[in-house]
Amino acid sequence: MPMDLLRLATAGSVDDGKSTLIGRLLYDSKSLFTDQLDAVERVSRDRGNDYTDLALLTDGLRAEREQGITIDVAYRYFATPRRKFIIADTPGHIQYTRNMVTGASTADVALILLDARKGITEQSRRHAFLATLLGVPHVVVCVNKMDLVDFDEGTFDAIRDEFSEFATRLRVRDMTFIPVSALQGDNVVTRSERMPWFDGSPLLSHLERLHVASDRNLVDVRFPVQYVVRPQSYDVLDYRGYAGTVASGVLKPGDRVVALPSGLESTIASIDTADGPVDEAYPPMAVTITLTDEIDISRGDMLCRPANMPNVSQDIDAQVCWMDESATLMTGRKYAIKHTTRWARAMVRELSYRIDVNTLHRDETADSLALNEIGRVMLRVTQPLFVDPYQQNRQTGSFILVDEASNKTVAAGMIGRTHGGG
Amino acid sequence: MSTHILSELRALEAESIHIFREVAAEMQRPCLLFSGGKDSIVMLHVARKAFAPARIPFPVMHVDTGLNFPEILAYRDRWIEKLGLKLVVASVPDAIERGFVKEEPNGSRNRIQTPVLLETAEQHRFDALFGGARRDEEKARAKERVFSFRDEFGQWDPKNQRPEIWSLYNGKVHLGQSIRVFPLSNWTELDVWTYIATEGIEIPELYLAKERDVVERDGMLYAVNVFTPRRDGEAARRVLCRYRTVGDANLTAAVLSDADTVAKIVDEIAAVRITERGATRGDDRTSETSMEDRKKEGYF
Ligand SMILES: Nc1nc2c(ncn2[C@@H]2O[C@H](COP(=O)(O)OP(=O)(O)O)[C@@H](O)[C@H]2O)c(=O)[nH]1
Repeated sequence: MPMDLLRLATAGSVDDGKSTLIGRLLYDSKSLFTDQLDAVERVSRDRGNDYTDLALLTDGLRAEREQGITIDVAYRYFATPRRKFIIADTPGHIQYTRNMVTGASTADVALILLDARKGITEQSRRHAFLATLLGVPHVVVCVNKMDLVDFDEGTFDAIRDEFSEFATRLRVRDMTFIPVSALQGDNVVTRSERMPWFDGSPLLSHLERLHVASDRNLVDVRFPVQYVVRPQSYDVLDYRGYAGTVASGVLKPGDRVVALPSGLESTIASIDTADGPVDEAYPPMAVTITLTDEIDISRGDMLCRPANMPNVSQDIDAQVCWMDESATLMTGRKYAIKHTTRWARAMVRELSYRIDVNTLHRDETADSLALNEIGRVMLRVTQPLFVDPYQQNRQTGSFILVDEASNKTVAAGMIGRTHGGG
Repeated sequence: MSTHILSELRALEAESIHIFREVAAEMQRPCLLFSGGKDSIVMLHVARKAFAPARIPFPVMHVDTGLNFPEILAYRDRWIEKLGLKLVVASVPDAIERGFVKEEPNGSRNRIQTPVLLETAEQHRFDALFGGARRDEEKARAKERVFSFRDEFGQWDPKNQRPEIWSLYNGKVHLGQSIRVFPLSNWTELDVWTYIATEGIEIPELYLAKERDVVERDGMLYAVNVFTPRRDGEAARRVLCRYRTVGDANLTAAVLSDADTVAKIVDEIAAVRITERGATRGDDRTSETSMEDRKKEGYF
């Protein structure tokens, strides 16, 4: 079986040991280079540490180093013979929600770290909430610093039980608990002999074996047209292909498809790639589709199956996470919206409530969303979008809002219930 | 029955193709920066796939420092012709002659190539430049976005970058501003080589091991050629070596290696335990943060 790709987002409060854990994964899986290690050893020595601080390996830009904090998502890579891993390392602090939303948006697994001595904090609840809000299919909770609680089974069990109970309210699909010591390496890559009572896998083998194939939506065919391929060269003059990335579902030549928004139907003639035609296309393949009929299709349109269409609507009900520090979301404001490959304009018709990400309390009196705040909004869009609920489809259920003056990306949106029929 | 799982290389390739198409669809005047290095070779290869059977719908820019290995220039010209593309050359020697930039005392053209690159991009009003940088290359790049926003001066401000959520890229810019786009962001050095091997991509032979005359300076091996002639008192020796990166000929060192095929390079990279920049680039060793400083000025 070929090696596949697993995307991981990490979350932890400051000092819970996240950098150490990631450093340990890179170190023990031999994904580190000797010169990186030398640099870290040198800095550790300069700082007067008597051990090599693995946390320094994942340390970022100089400005942040000088302030002694990390404030942005950083990406790390490591591979084992089974899998390649992409870690979106999302650090703590005030900008945390924005960072975690970014990292979790594409993640297959959220890795939540907590300190065994402190147990569950408001922040760990928030991490679990954000992971579910962003539809991350698997959550792994690492109870770290087990060495500081004498590798005590009871401590671990208590944390696990309390967290599990909280998580049932969030409807987490798959949640696993692992007792670890990032500093000493217990249950990170190798099984800990000091916690014989733990019968689960160490973190790395768990991540290697995690079954993610069934997380993908292979049922609802959604193909947002990204680019129309029209070669000008003589030998392929009549070629007209619709290039894009399969959002969900499986497409095959001969399949009947309908193009949105026109509603015109046709049949897939071929699914092309630069390496020749293929028998089927599934997510996240990037292909070019040709149809048997000449119908007018352009970027922003969507191909799907006549009997299984997304909701076509100008009214969007969504949870949004506000990501901009210089402005707030307010009722009546207008933004550019990007959904799949389609841009439009959207007006905030209503802010139904703001969610307190720590307590999950809904504040219905809220009239704005500031940086890192999450709320439920009703949007009116200038053109119909072809949407599915985010929890069913992360591709067709997500959008971003962009400030029309500054061009900054100011919000991430997850579509909730969709109205009307498709 | 198909498992409907893409291998990691195909998943990376699909992500890169998606990025190319997104930029071609949304930006006014994109351009691909081609250095002749393995990353830009892979980038060009993936760009071709993104638009097949049509041609790549944007030109290619080469920042010619005047210190190129001749093999690289020949490779560049061959591929530009094969793919039917337009080549834009940003010439550093010309810029020196015009007095636009001044040669640095140490002979490195790393810093002075940045203004030349920016000038050429501005003349052609390019609003998106594809670069082959990868996030695993260097610390300052681990946080780089796929769409990296640059102000009117081509500068990168780490504090003023847009969040990238899902694959919903935002390339909106005001006149004069631009983005750098890194389609290979999530590839590692090993991915690049495995891909070259899997796809059978032709590479310049500098990357393959061969007997070359070298001199040793500061623990690095420099091939003896017109760019790095033997200095007085230096003894040249003949060793089996290859290049892991290909930058300016006067700065790029070779590494001892017997990998004379791409398959052997893949094995070597899989086993090797020193980063490519640390091994072969005299320019990056200056300080831990030199890359970050160069990026701020408008370099990749
Ligand atoms: N005893 C012990 N200390 C740890 C463990 N993991 C991390 N630490 C220490 O906790 C401190 C914070 O760790 P760090 O990785 O920087 O935390 P971060 O802020 O979550 O990235 C450092 O002093 C680490 O050495 C562990 O498993 N056991």
